[in-house]
Amino acid sequence: MAAINREDVAHLARLAHIEMSAEELDRMAGELAVIVDAVKSVSEAAGEDVPATSHPIPLNNVFREDVVGHLLSAEQALSGAPDSDDNRFKVPAILDED
Amino acid sequence: MSVDTIVSFEEAMEKYDPVLGFEVHVELNTKSKMFSSAPNVFGDEPNTNVNEVDLGMPGVLPVLNKAAVESSIKIGLALNCKIAEYCRFARKNYFYPDTPKNFQTSQYDEPIAYDGYLDVELEDGTVFRVEIERAHMEEDAGKLTHLGGAAGRIQGADYSLVDYNRAGVPLVEIVTKPIEGAGSRAPELAKAYVAAVREIVKNLGVSDARMERGNVRCDANVSLRPHGQERFGIRSETKNVNSLRAVEHAVRYEIQRHAAVLDSGQPVVQETRHWHEDTRSTTSGRAKSDADDYRYFPEPDLVPVVASREWVEELRATLPEPPAERRKRLKEAWGYSDLEFRDVVNAGVMDSIEETIAAGASANVARKWWMGEIVGRAKVADVDPAELGVTPQIIVELNGLIEAGKINNKMASQVLDGVLAGEGTPEEIIEKRGLAVVSDDGPLLEAIDAALAAQPDVAEKIRGGKLQAIGAIVGGVMKATRGQADPGRVRELILERLGVQA
Repeated sequence: MAAINREDVAHLARLAHIEMSAEELDRMAGELAVIVDAVKSVSEAAGEDVPATSHPIPLNNVFREDVVGHLLSAEQALSGAPDSDDNRFKVPAILDED
Repeated sequence: MSVDTIVSFEEAMEKYDPVLGFEVHVELNTKSKMFSSAPNVFGDEPNTNVNEVDLGMPGVLPVLNKAAVESSIKIGLALNCKIAEYCRFARKNYFYPDTPKNFQTSQYDEPIAYDGYLDVELEDGTVFRVEIERAHMEEDAGKLTHLGGAAGRIQGADYSLVDYNRAGVPLVEIVTKPIEGAGSRAPELAKAYVAAVREIVKNLGVSDARMERGNVRCDANVSLRPHGQERFGIRSETKNVNSLRAVEHAVRYEIQRHAAVLDSGQPVVQETRHWHEDTRSTTSGRAKSDADDYRYFPEPDLVPVVASREWVEELRATLPEPPAERRKRLKEAWGYSDLEFRDVVNAGVMDSIEETIAAGASANVARKWWMGEIVGRAKVADVDPAELGVTPQIIVELNGLIEAGKINNKMASQVLDGVLAGEGTPEEIIEKRGLAVVSDDGPLLEAIDAALAAQPDVAEKIRGGKLQAIGAIVGGVMKATRGQADPGRVRELILERLGVQA
C-alpha cells in the first residue's frame, strides 16, 4: 500500500488551489493510495528491457515550420474572459508575485 | 518597508568570498511562437498576437517550432555545450495569471544543451571561464500590469491587466554552475558575463538581444562564505535585473547586504529579491517555500526531441565566428595597440572599420577616418557612427584624393561635411567648394620666396642643415595660400629653392 498521508493530500490540495474539508482530506488520503498502487502495477508488467516512456506513440521530432498562421482578434481572445479592460484580461491583484 | 543594513564593498571583501550563479533568459527571434503559430512580435496591441494555444484553451495541442529548436542548439554549441541526443519537455506547474495554462512548458531533467563554458573577458583583458550547467528550452509568460495603489507596483495594487502577446514566445534559459574565485571582481564579472551572452546570441542571429525590451533577462544568485570555507553560503536570487549596469550594481549590493547579515551573526534568508533601479537596492520578494514545488512531469502533449549528430553538425557548420575570437583576429590583423582597439570597440566602429579595410583602405587610414572624423560627427547627430551615412567607398575615395595630392587632410574633412550635407560626390564638392590643392608651382614658389625673405635667419638654418626649422617656412606658405597648398610639395620646393638635399 502506497504511503499517502493526510499531510501529503493537504499539501497537494494547496498547490492545486483546491479547498478541501477535514473529512475530504481523510477520505482522499485513502483513495489516492489505492490509485497510486493501481498505477504502480504497470511497473510490474514492464521488464528491465522496457525503457520508461512519457508518450504512448513511438514518435519523435514532430515539428512545425516557423511560419505565422492562425490568430484570434483581441475581441475573440477576450470573449470568454470574466472581466477585461483596455483589451487586456483583468484579474484580481495577486500579492505573491515572483 | 525596512531598509537593509549594508557594509562597504571593501569590508565585505576582506571577510568573505562571493559565489555567483546566473540564469539568463534569452527570447528567440523566431517568426512564430514556441508551440503555436501566433506571431512573435514585440510591442503590438495587447492580445492581438495570440491564438487558442497561447490562451491555454481546453483541447488545444502544442506543436514545436523547428526553428526554435535549431536556435536553441546553436546557442548550446556557441556556449561549448554538449547537445542532448534525446530530450523532452516538462510541465512546470504553478498558478499565476501570466500563464493561462497553469503550467509553463519547459525542460526539467533533460535540457537540450548541458556541460558547457564561456570564456568571459574582463575590461583589463583578464579571461575568466564561466562553466555552463545547462541551456534549456521553454516558453515566455504573459505580461502583467498592476493597477491601482502605488503605481506599477504589486504591493497595494487593486487589480492586474494581462496581455498574452508574450505568452509562448520561445525562450532559452542558460544556467551557470556556481562561479567561484571571482573575488572582488564579482560585480564586474557579472556584467561581463551577461554582456558576453548577449553578444553571442546577437552574433548568432537567434535573438534581437535588446535588454530594454526584455530579450535578455538575468536572475543573479549571490552567496558569501568566509575566506577559506569550502561550503557555499546561503544564496539570494535577484530577479529580472535587466540592464548590464544593473547586473553589476545588483551583485555588488547583494554582496554588501549579505556581509552585513553575516556580520550580525544572522543567517542569510534564502529568498527572491527584487532589484530597484531608483534606489539601487534590492527588497525581499518571497522566501523559498511550498510554492516552489512545481511538480514537474514529462509533457504528454509533445513527443521527444532527438538531435541526430548529423543535424547537430549541420548546425555547427552554420555558426559564425565567435565574437571574442573575431576581435582577437581583427586586432592582430590591423596591428592596433590595446588602447586603440578598445577605443574602436567602445566607439562601436569595429564592423565599419572592417568594411572600410575590405573596400581598400589601410587599417590606419580606416581608423583615422572612423575615430577621428566620423565618431565625433555621429555623436553630434546622436546616431550610431555606422548610420551617419559615410560608406567605406567614400572613405577610400577621399583617401585616394589625399594620396594623389589633390586635397589635404583639412580639405578632406570639409569634403566629408559636403558629402554628409548631400552636396554630391567628393569630386563634385571639391569643384563646387573650390577646395583643390594649389598644384601649379608658380604661385607656390612666389609664396615660398616671400616666406624665405620674411625669415632669412630660418632660411640660413635650413641651408646649414637644420631641416627641422623648415616647419616655420611651410607654415608661412600654408598661411599665405589659405591652406590650399600640399604641405609635402611645399617642403620639396623649399628644399629645392635652397639647394638642400632632404
